Amino acid sequence: MNLILHVWRQASPTARGRFETYTANDVNEEMSFLEMLDVVNEQLIANNQEPIAFEHDCREGICGSCGVVVNGEPHGPHRGGATCQLHLRHFKSGDEIWIEPFRAKAFPVLKDLIVDRGALDRIIQAGGYVSVRTGSAPDANAVLVPKQYAEQAMNAAECIGCGACVAACPNAAAMLFTAAKVSHLALLPQGQPERTQRVEGMVARVNAEAFGHCTNHGACEAACPKGISVDFIARLNRELLKAAVLPPQEP
Amino acid sequence: MTKACWIWRTTIGKKAAMAVTGVMLLGFLVGHLLGNLKVFLGPEAFNHYAVGLRHLGDPFLPERAALLVMRLGLIAAAVLHVVAVFQLRAVSAAARPVAYTKGHKLNFTPASSAMFWGGLTLAASILAHLAHLTWGTLHQDFRHEVVLNGITYPYADAYHNLVSGFQVPWVAALYLLAQIPLAMHLYHGLWSACQTLGLNHPKYNHWRRPAAAVVAIGIAGGYCLIPLAVLTGLVTLN
Amino acid sequence: MLLDAKIPGGPLASKWSEHILHSKLVNPANKRKYHVLVVGSGLAGASAAATLAELGYQVSCFCFQDSPRRAHSIAAQGGINAAKNYPNDGDSVARLFYDTIKGGDFRSREANVHRLAEVSSNIIDQCVAQGVPFAREYSGLLDNRSFGGAPVSRTFYARGQTGQQLLLGAYQALSRQIGLGTVKMHPRTELLDLIVVDGACRGIVVRDLVSGQISSHLGDAVVLGTGGYSNVFYLSTNALGCNTTAIWRAHRRGAGFANPCYTQIHPTCIPQSGDYQSKLTLMSESLRNDGRIWVPRTPGDRRNPANIPDGERDYYLERLYPSFGNLCPRDIASRRAKEQVDSGRGVGELSNGVYLDFSEAIGRLGQPTIQARYGNLFDMYARITGEDPYRVPMRIYPAPHYTMGGLWVDYNLMSTIPGLHVVGEANFSDHGANRLGASALMQGLADGYFVLPVTIGNYLAGPRPAPLAADAAAVRAVEDEVRQRVSKLVDNDGDLSPTHFHRELGRIVWNYCGMGRNAAGLRTALDQIPVLREEFHARVRVPGSGESLNQALERAGRVADYFELAELLCRDALEREESCGGHFREEHQTEEGEARRDDVNFAHVAVWEWTGASGQQRRHTEPLAYEAVELTQRSYK
Repeated sequence: MNLILHVWRQASPTARGRFETYTANDVNEEMSFLEMLDVVNEQLIANNQEPIAFEHDCREGICGSCGVVVNGEPHGPHRGGATCQLHLRHFKSGDEIWIEPFRAKAFPVLKDLIVDRGALDRIIQAGGYVSVRTGSAPDANAVLVPKQYAEQAMNAAECIGCGACVAACPNAAAMLFTAAKVSHLALLPQGQPERTQRVEGMVARVNAEAFGHCTNHGACEAACPKGISVDFIARLNRELLKAAVLPPQEP
Repeated sequence: MTKACWIWRTTIGKKAAMAVTGVMLLGFLVGHLLGNLKVFLGPEAFNHYAVGLRHLGDPFLPERAALLVMRLGLIAAAVLHVVAVFQLRAVSAAARPVAYTKGHKLNFTPASSAMFWGGLTLAASILAHLAHLTWGTLHQDFRHEVVLNGITYPYADAYHNLVSGFQVPWVAALYLLAQIPLAMHLYHGLWSACQTLGLNHPKYNHWRRPAAAVVAIGIAGGYCLIPLAVLTGLVTLN
Repeated sequence: MLLDAKIPGGPLASKWSEHILHSKLVNPANKRKYHVLVVGSGLAGASAAATLAELGYQVSCFCFQDSPRRAHSIAAQGGINAAKNYPNDGDSVARLFYDTIKGGDFRSREANVHRLAEVSSNIIDQCVAQGVPFAREYSGLLDNRSFGGAPVSRTFYARGQTGQQLLLGAYQALSRQIGLGTVKMHPRTELLDLIVVDGACRGIVVRDLVSGQISSHLGDAVVLGTGGYSNVFYLSTNALGCNTTAIWRAHRRGAGFANPCYTQIHPTCIPQSGDYQSKLTLMSESLRNDGRIWVPRTPGDRRNPANIPDGERDYYLERLYPSFGNLCPRDIASRRAKEQVDSGRGVGELSNGVYLDFSEAIGRLGQPTIQARYGNLFDMYARITGEDPYRVPMRIYPAPHYTMGGLWVDYNLMSTIPGLHVVGEANFSDHGANRLGASALMQGLADGYFVLPVTIGNYLAGPRPAPLAADAAAVRAVEDEVRQRVSKLVDNDGDLSPTHFHRELGRIVWNYCGMGRNAAGLRTALDQIPVLREEFHARVRVPGSGESLNQALERAGRVADYFELAELLCRDALEREESCGGHFREEHQTEEGEARRDDVNFAHVAVWEWTGASGQQRRHTEPLAYEAVELTQRSYK
C-alpha cells in the first residue's frame, strides 16, 4: 500500500515548524505505524536528508515514550493502544495522514515530533510517591489491602505517562495523569499518611506548569492507551476539595 | 481563608466554584419554575406568589429584604460563575498556543461542545428575559401595579405581564428557543459538576448522565409549558 | 587482571550478614560530601539512586530516555520472585537459592545467589510499602503464582505489568529525592565514555541528546545500571534504545567483561513479519500452560492449520519430553523450535514460526475460561498480527530477551575498575548461564535497594584519590576523544544508514551465535563481523549535525559499540567448549540433543580484558567453587 504523509518538521524548539509531505510507498498492512516511519526515514537517509525525529523505545505500548497525533487523534485512530501498537491495517492505500506532535505549552517541541514531557515528571516529584525509606518497610502482609481496592489502585497505576491525555484535552489539561497517580496512592492504605500533602503538592505543581483546566469532555479517557477512566478525575477533585475544606485531621 | 484563596487559584478550585454556583443557579431555576407553574392556577394564585415573594419573612423582615438577599446571592453566583469561566478559558487558551491542524474532538457531545457559547447565549437570554418580564423595558404592555385582594401594590402585575408578553408569537418562539441551550448547559453542567465536586461512586456512576438528562429535560420542558400554554390559549389574560 | 571476588568467609548462610557487619561505613555527616553518579534509571539504577540519596549521598542520575520512568524494566510482564513462603508450600531462602543456581546451570557464584535469595523478601516489603499494587486475594493478603516451571508459588505479580509497577515504585522513590534536591536528574543524557585516572573511575563523559553538548561529570563513584545487550541481535524483545555503549565503554577503559556468550532466548515471541520489523514482542510464558506446540510433520506443508489432520502434526515437545511436555525450560523450548523451523517445518507466511494451539484447551475448558486466563495476551496477539488466536493457532518463535553476561563485579558489585560499580542486568553476577523467569526484577532491585547501598561504602570509605579538577588534562582528553568519535560519525561521507548495519550485524550474530552455536559458524561470524565493521566505519551515513537532537547519530554510536561487543560475544562462545544454559554448542550435546556441561574445564567465569583493540581481548577466569550444592545434569524428560 502507499500512503501520503504530512509530517510536522521543526528543527529546534525555537525554529518555526511546518508540514512536509512524504510518500510511504510499498508499505504493508502488517507493519506498525512506527515501522512505516522507519521506512520513510531510511529513504530520507538514503537521500541524505535528515530523518523525521520521533520518540519511541519499547514498541510494545508500555514505556510511554511514543506518541504522535495522527489525523487529530493522539496515538492514532485505534483505541486502547499507544502509537507503537498502531498497525497500518487501520489505513488503506492512498490515505492521507497528518502527523503532528502532541501540542501543549507544557510540552514544548524539541524537534519534529518529539516534545518535552518533563512537566509530568515534575508533577510526580511534587508528591506522587509514598515516602518510605529503603529498609524501613514492615512485612508485606502486615497491612491487608482489600482486593477491590488493590484492583482499582492498579487500574489507576497502569498509566504509562505518555501524555496523550494532555494532547487530547481541548484545554491541554493534565487532569487524567494527575488523577491516576493521586487515586492509585489514595486507594491504598500505604498512601494514607501523606494523602493531603500529596494531592495539594501535585495540584500546586500542575498549576505552576502551563496546563489548562478540565471541562469533563472525556477526550483524555478516549485517547488513553490504557483506557484510564475519568472517574479518577472525580476522585482527584474530591481529594483536593476534602483537603481544602475539611479541617486537618486530629491525631 | 488562605486555603480558600489557594484553592481558588487552582483550576480545580475555580471549577469547583463553577460547580457550586452552577448548582445554586440550578436551584433558582427549580424554584422559579415551580413558582411560575402557578400561572396555570390563574391570576390570583400567580400574583399571590409574586407578591408573596416580596413579603417573604413577613413580619420579621422588612419588605423585599429576603428577595434582595436571594437576588444578591444569585447575582454573586452568576458573577462568580462567569468570572471563573473567563479566567479558566484564559488559562486553557494559553495552554495550547499552537492548535492542531487536523482537529479531532474525541468523546465530545453537542452539549459539552456548546458549554461556553451556549452559556453566553443563556446569559444574553436571561438579560433579555429580565428586561422583558422583570424591568418591563422590553415589554409592549407592562403593568407596574397589581391589585390583589382589593389592595393595590406597587409591584408589577406578574400574571398580566407574563401572559400578554407571551401572546406575542415571536417572543414566545425566542423564549422556547432559549430552552435548547438551557437544557444542553444543564445536561453537561450537571454531569460536570458531579465530576468536579467528586461526586462519584462506582455503583452509581452510570446513573449520573441519565439523571443529568432527566433534570435538564424536566426543567427546560417545564419552562416550555408556559409559553405553549399561552400560545394555545390554555392560559389567557382573564 | 586481578579477579578478587572478595567473597566473605564463613558459612554460606551468614556470609551476607557478616559482610554487612564488616563493611566500611561513611560517617553520616560526611555522606553529603560524596558524589555518586548513577547511570541508568531502570529497576537497579533508580532504586540505587533513590536509596543512596536517602542515605545522604549526593547523587546525579543519568538516563538517555526523556524520563527515568521509561527504562526498559518497565516492560517485564510476569512477576518477581521472593522466598516469602506465604503459600506455605515449602519455599525458603535455601530453596530459592538452589533453584536459581540450578536454573543458571551451575555457572553463578554461590555467595551472590544466596544473598539474592536472602534479600528477596525485603524487596517485596519495600515495594508494597511504596504502594505497588500487587495482586491480592479476597482476604487482602498478597497472591502468589508459580512461574516458569518453579516447583513452588513464589512469584508476586501485578497483572501482566509487574515490571511497570515495580519500576514506577522505584521511579517514585527517585522522584521524591529529585523533588527534595538530593538527586540531580539528567534525562536525555547518554554516557559516551568514562574518566579513569590512575586506575580509578572518577567520572563520566555524556552527551546531551537535545543540544548535542558533550560534557563531563566527576564523582567519587560511578554506578552503571544500563541494562543488557540483547539488541546486538538487532531484533530482540528489548526496547529500541537499549544499548551496550555504557558497559562497552567501561570495558574499553579496563572493566572486565564476563561471560558475554550467556544470552537468553525467550521461546514465546511473535515471529518476524518482514524485513522492516523493528522489534519482537514477547508473549507471556504462561501461554504454554494451556497451549500445545506443534508443526506439520511434512516439511514445506503450506496448508491452512485447520486442514492439517492430527496425525500429520508433530507435537514435538510432548513427544521429546513426555513428562514436562510444552512446559520444558526456556532454553530447551527455544532450541527445539529452531530445529523445527530449520528443518523446513516452520509455519506462517515466512515459515518462521511454530504453532501454539489453544483449540484443545478451548474445547476442554470453553472459550470464556481461556479468555479469563489469557484475554489480554490474545488481544495483544490479535492487535499485532491481525489474526484471531481463538480460531487460528498462534504462531510463535524464540527471540533474544535477556543477557546474563555483563561487566564482571566482585561481591561488592564493583568492577575491575575501582570506583566503578555495576548493578542489574549490566553486571554478570547472579544468573549464571540462564536466568529463571521472574528473577530479573528481583536481582535489579536487590542490587539497587539492598546490596549496593551497603557495599559502596567499602570503596567510598577507603582512601580518597587526589582531587581532580573539572578541567584537568585527563578529563579534557576523554572529552576530546568523545567529540572526535561523534564528529567522525557525523562527517563520514557514507551512503548507508546505521540501521542497515545494525540489521546486517544482527543477522550474523543471530545466525551464528544465536540459539545453537558451533565452532565453524562462530569462526564464520568472527570473519564476517570485522569486515562489516570496516564497512560500517567507511560507509555509514549520519545526516544532520552533532550539535542538535540527532537520532541517527545516537543509533550510529550504539551500533559501532555493538560491532565490537558482537565480536567478543562470538569469541567467548567459541572459547567455551561446552553447552550450558543459554549457551548451546552443538558439538557438546548428549545423544538426545541436550546440553552437555563440562564442569572439569569450564566451571569458571570467563572474564575478558581489553588490551587495546577489538578482537584482542585477553581471557581470564574466575573459578567457581561449589560448597553448598552438588553439580548435577538438568533433566526434563
